[in-house]
This record gives sequence, C-alpha cells and structure tokens, in this order.
Amino acid sequence: MSKADLAAAILWIGVTLYATFGGADFGAGMWDLLAGGSERGERARERIDVSIAPVWEANHVWLIFVLVVLWTAFPSTFSAVMTTLYIPLALAALGIVLRGSGFAFRHALPGPVRDPATRVFGISSVLTPFFMGTVVGAIASGEVPAAGDGDPISSWTGLMPVVTGVLFVATSAYVAAVFLVRDSGAAGDEELQRYFIRRALAAALVAGGAALAGVFALHADARYVYDRLTSEGLPLVILSGACGLAALGLLTRGITTAIRPLAVVAVVAVIWGFFVAQFPYMLPTTLRIGEAAGASATLTSVIVVFVAAAVTVLPSLGLLYVLSQRRALE
Amino acid sequence: MLQLTPLVADSASNLLAARTQMGFTLGFHIVLACFGVAFPAMMLIAEYRGRRHGDEQALRLARRWSKAVAVLFAVGAVSGTVLSFEFGLLWPRMMDRFGDAFGIAFAIEGIFFFLEAIFIAIYIYGWDRLSGWAHFWTGIPIAISGIGGAFSVIAANAWMNTPAGFTLGPDGAVESVRPVDVIFNTSTFHEFVHMWVAAYIVTGFVVASVYAVAMLRGRRDRYHRLGFVIPFTVAAIAAPIQLVVGDAAARDVFNDQPTKFAAMECVYETGDDQTEYIGGICKDGKVKGGIALPGVDSLLADFSTSTVVKGLDSVPPNDRPPSPTFLHWAFDAMVGLGFAMAALAAWFGFAWWRRRDLPRTPWFLRAGAVAGIAAVLTLESGWMVTEIGRQPFIVHGFMRTAEAVTPAKGIWWVFGLTVAIYVALALVAAVVLRGMARQWREEGDGAEPEAPYSPPPEPEPAP
Repeated sequence: MSKADLAAAILWIGVTLYATFGGADFGAGMWDLLAGGSERGERARERIDVSIAPVWEANHVWLIFVLVVLWTAFPSTFSAVMTTLYIPLALAALGIVLRGSGFAFRHALPGPVRDPATRVFGISSVLTPFFMGTVVGAIASGEVPAAGDGDPISSWTGLMPVVTGVLFVATSAYVAAVFLVRDSGAAGDEELQRYFIRRALAAALVAGGAALAGVFALHADARYVYDRLTSEGLPLVILSGACGLAALGLLTRGITTAIRPLAVVAVVAVIWGFFVAQFPYMLPTTLRIGEAAGASATLTSVIVVFVAAAVTVLPSLGLLYVLSQRRALE
Repeated sequence: MLQLTPLVADSASNLLAARTQMGFTLGFHIVLACFGVAFPAMMLIAEYRGRRHGDEQALRLARRWSKAVAVLFAVGAVSGTVLSFEFGLLWPRMMDRFGDAFGIAFAIEGIFFFLEAIFIAIYIYGWDRLSGWAHFWTGIPIAISGIGGAFSVIAANAWMNTPAGFTLGPDGAVESVRPVDVIFNTSTFHEFVHMWVAAYIVTGFVVASVYAVAMLRGRRDRYHRLGFVIPFTVAAIAAPIQLVVGDAAARDVFNDQPTKFAAMECVYETGDDQTEYIGGICKDGKVKGGIALPGVDSLLADFSTSTVVKGLDSVPPNDRPPSPTFLHWAFDAMVGLGFAMAALAAWFGFAWWRRRDLPRTPWFLRAGAVAGIAAVLTLESGWMVTEIGRQPFIVHGFMRTAEAVTPAKGIWWVFGLTVAIYVALALVAAVVLRGMARQWREEGDGAEPEAPYSPPPEPEPAP
C-alpha cells in the first residue's frame, strides 16, 4: 500500500465516521421534523435531544476533517470537485449552517421563534445529506472531470447522483431510528421504543428501495464502480446486506439487542465496498489516487496527524460518552 | 475580442465578490475565534478562584460563562465550517496549486478543534457529574486547544504572507514540501503572538463591558464586580504587552513584507528619513493632510532616521495593494485604539495599586463599556491591514488573487444571502445570551437555561 493509498484510506475513515455519526444526527433531525405536534411527538423530540445534545458538534467535526484531508493530501481532486459541484456543496454548507444554529438555539430561544427554529433544524437535516449524497453520486458516476470545471448543473442532477442523495437521506434516517430505539429502551420507555422501531422499519424499506435503484443507476451511469462492486467489493456488499437484514429481522420481532452494531456494520460495510469499488481511482475513471496525491512529505504529515488525532480524540470522545450516560452527582 | 471582454469583466467582478464574501465571513468568524481562544481561560480563572478560596460568586460566574462559551462556540463552529467550504468554493485554483503546502497547518488545526469541541461538552456536562477539581481540570484542554488551534490557523495565514517550505517544479506546481518550514515560516511567530494576545484583549474587554453596563445600571453587587474585574484584568495585562508585540510585528513586516509596510504607512518613495503620517489621504504619490512626524517612520522601522524604507515605487503599480488610504487608516485605527486601551488599562492599574479598587468615577465604567466595541474594531482593523495589505496576491509573490478565484457565477447572490443569515445568527446569539442573563437575574441560582451541549433537565423517572 503506497503512502497515497494510505492517505486515501484515512480520508475514507473520515467519510465513514461522518456518514455514520453525522448521518445519525441528520436522521434524528428528520425524525424530529416528522414527529408532529402531538404529545407523543414531544416525547420523541425530548428523546432525540437527550441522544444528540452531547455529541452533535463532535460528530460534525468529521466533515472538517474530510475537507482538510482532501485539500491537503489531494488538492487537485478538491479543486476539481469544488469547481464542478459548487451548487450542491454550497447548498450543503447552507444546510449545515441552518442545522447547526437551529439545533443549538431552538431551546434557548423565546417561545414564538422556537417552532420556526425547530423546523429549520428539521428541514436542513434532510437537505444536507441529500446534497452530500448527490456529490458522492456525481463523483462515482464520473461526472467530475480531473481538471475540474465540469457542468455545474447536469453533473449532479442525473439518475445516479439523485438516487445516491435519496439513499443518504434514508440511510441516515434508518441509523438514527436504530440508535433511538436503543436509547429509548435504555431509558425504559417501551412505547417510544416501539414508535422508533416502526420508523426504523419504514426507513429500512425506503433505504432498501433506494439501494436497489442505486444498483440500476450504477449499472447505467457508473459502470466501473458497478463492475468492481460486484466482484472485488462483493463480500462487503454481502456483509452489509446480511447485517441490514439481520437488524430488520430482529426489529420486526421487537428484539433490540445487537441492532445498533448490526446497523452500523451494514452502513460501514457498504461505504468501504464503495472504496474498494472506486480503487485505485480518486475520480473514476479519470484520476488515480497516486496521480491525485500531493507532495510526499505532505502525505506523511497527514498520516502523522491522523495517528495523533486517533490517540488524543478517541479517549476524549470516550470520556464524553461515559459522562453523558452518567447521572448527576448528588 | 468581443467574446473576451465580458469574460474579463466577469472575472473582475467575481474577484471583488469573492473577496467581499471571504472578508465578511472571516471578519465575522475572527470575533468568535477570539472568544474560543480566550473565554475558556477566563472561565477557568473564575473556577480556580471559586474552588481555591471557596468563592461562591466566582463559581457561579464560571458556571454561567461556560454556557456563554458554548453558545459562542456553536456559532463559531458553524462560521468556521463555512470558511473551509469557501477555500474550495471561492479559491479553487489556489487550493489546486498549493493545497498540499497551505493545508498542512489546517490538518493540525483539525485535532485542536475536535478536542475543543469535545472538552467544552465534557466541561458543561461535568458541572453536576464531576467533583471539584476534577471538573476544573477538564477545562484545561479547552484553553490549550484554543491556543493550538489559533496557532495552526495563523500559521496558514502567515504562510500566505511569507510562503516558504516548498519547491516548484518546471510546470509551476508544488513538487516537494518541507512541512516544518511551511508551519514555521517567518511570519508565523509574530502573527501568532499578536493574535493570541489580541484574543485576550478582545474577549476581556467585551465580557467586562457587559458587566460595566450592568454596574452603570446600578447592579453593583460583588457578583457583577467580579464579572467585571476578572476579564478586565486579563485584558488590562494584555493591552500594554500588545504594544510591544505589535511594534515588533510591524518591524517584521518592514523586513519581510516591505510592500505591505509601505502601504500601511503610506510610503510612496523609497528612501531614508521617512516621515510618519498619522491619518491623511494617500493619493497620487503623496500624503495630503494628516499629522506628519519627520523621520519617525524610519526610526520606528529600525531605530534610526537613516533607515531606508522601501516605498510603493519599489514594485510595479499592478503589484501594489489597493485602496492605500483605507489601508493606512485601518493601520492607524489599530494603533490608535491599541494605545487608548493601554491607557485605560493603566488607569485601572493605578487605581488598583493605590486603593485595591476600581476608579470611582462612572467615567471609568463608561470607558469600560466602550472598550469592548473598541477592541473588536481594533481586531478588524488589524486583519484588514494584513489581508488587504497582501493584495493583489493570495500567496505572496507566487499567485495573484485574481488567478485563484472561481469562475462560478452568482457570488453576489450568495453574499447577500450570507449577510442575511449571519445577521440573523448574530441577533439570535444576542437574544439567547440576553435571555440567559435575564433568567439568571430573575430566578437566581435555580435557573439552568438550556444551552448548546448542556444536559437536558433530568427526565422524570419512568413510572
């Protein structure tokens, strides 16, 4: 494995963490939006708050990590993506601004503006993963030329980008619902647990449908990725499908142990399936990882920084997690 | 030619739009960045005092400040994310060519930002979940990562002023990089120290100004006094230090960025015995009006009136920074306000030395209330000098800002939307902070206003 491949893998680890945990936050925002104004909706909202309040910022720092690693280790790819997909990227950035501020402030605001803030939070939680998905779909289907300046509109409005966008939204909703099933179970609220089980199942159906549509879109628009996904990437796709189905099976029986790891593995496996399928390209099939990589010493710096981040950030996240689960000292 | 003209016009208007957009979002973020660097330190000073001396009021301040820190950090995280998108959306050609040199410092910054986000949440969660000093220690990483993050970002900015640590290939692309030289380029040290001290001045005076206003309105209890004295003392220590640091920074700029120095001092012709102008209009190679101090510019640049100061005439006209008068005024505003704040600090220091008390006249508190605004203006002026003074280059000597800008259309629309959203964001943050203050005032210690990252109220036990 070359240094450039290692840097690409680090980038992909960032993508995985952002898609899984950031995605779960987006999904929670979606359920918040769909919870309605009823008393049960209020309870669901409270549960969502308890679950994401301590970690919402940390989860989104992964996005900064991905952007920084991309522009440092693969500057030409960053520029090619930015000059082609600036419309969905700017919309995703807008979504991030609105989502972050909507969530941070919705409780602290006085009554009359609290509801609009909540709705802003919910709507941007749907739009942001959708536009992020169109960016990934556009890259996979070769819409981003290696030299940049691709078509600003048609690059991300084709079948593959749009299907990927929908898939991102549905997957986020699914992961979030599974996390919330577990959290409401831990809090001893069985009614709320059933509420989120139903939502997890609905999201799983939509995600499954989008994934199937994605297979056709891949076949049509991203043949290189499709071929590799059905050969080298196949074990990961099967792992993802098996875990997804197992989690579904458990959920329909009302069994909630192990659903969280199963759902996470299902998502992680498909993300890495994509990595394998795109390999050795940064932009299939015009720019290889080795060609896209920046100066050698820079790649070393990125790898060193990543190790330093893992050593310092993971234990800190662990401490935060333990604290957020602990009750107040008397 | 007919085809080309609109294209050129387009790119010129894009350049202005992109610079305006970048300048506005940076100018917004830099204020919040100051709070991210320095506010946690003040919160920890208050907590230390509270725990060491059993001072309930100080502990109360620390606890309340931690919630304000969270609000400001949440807004700063959002405006900072916007900036990382903007590097690509506005300046893709620069990132394409120099991303692997420019980016390294940002990769390091990522760790600090991450740790700061995590430990702010730990600190806030820890108020009721950790005991005594253990809680205090969870705050230390916030202050340290604030400083580390500032260092990294400043290193990247310094690199744009005095690029170093890379070799270009025959095609003009970066061929090899020496990361240590990139990070520790010649401007890193003075820019970092200048900004680090500035963060304490801005945060100190702004936080103190809130309590100064409260005291002027008659809330003169010990709690408000302490809320004024802690941040004000920090700023009052930093303000005179900044005069020395700023002076050293200006000499570094004189040595390493002579064009910027010429522009901010409005020096047109290279030569010794240069006149220092305070104010004045810089036009047509001359300074009109203003206060002229013969020889002083040379003296300040290198301790002797015979020091030769390079003028704007040392570079071709299209390599000179735009709007010389504005730049010169921004520099003078920074220096002038810096001296005014140091004078205020001296007044405070004198009264404290004589009587262990604040100066008695209400004019002192009035000045304290204004100092917050003055500190922010000083900060913004300084950054305008740095950034506009580097123009027309984005990477000094290597790439023009016009070469780096995106060809994408519609930036002015985005700018309009950004201004609207940021104004709304600033208003919301202000409303939230004021709402917290009101709740604390009316409900006393029982009040636990909800803030970002804070634990929700303990749920009712399930039946």
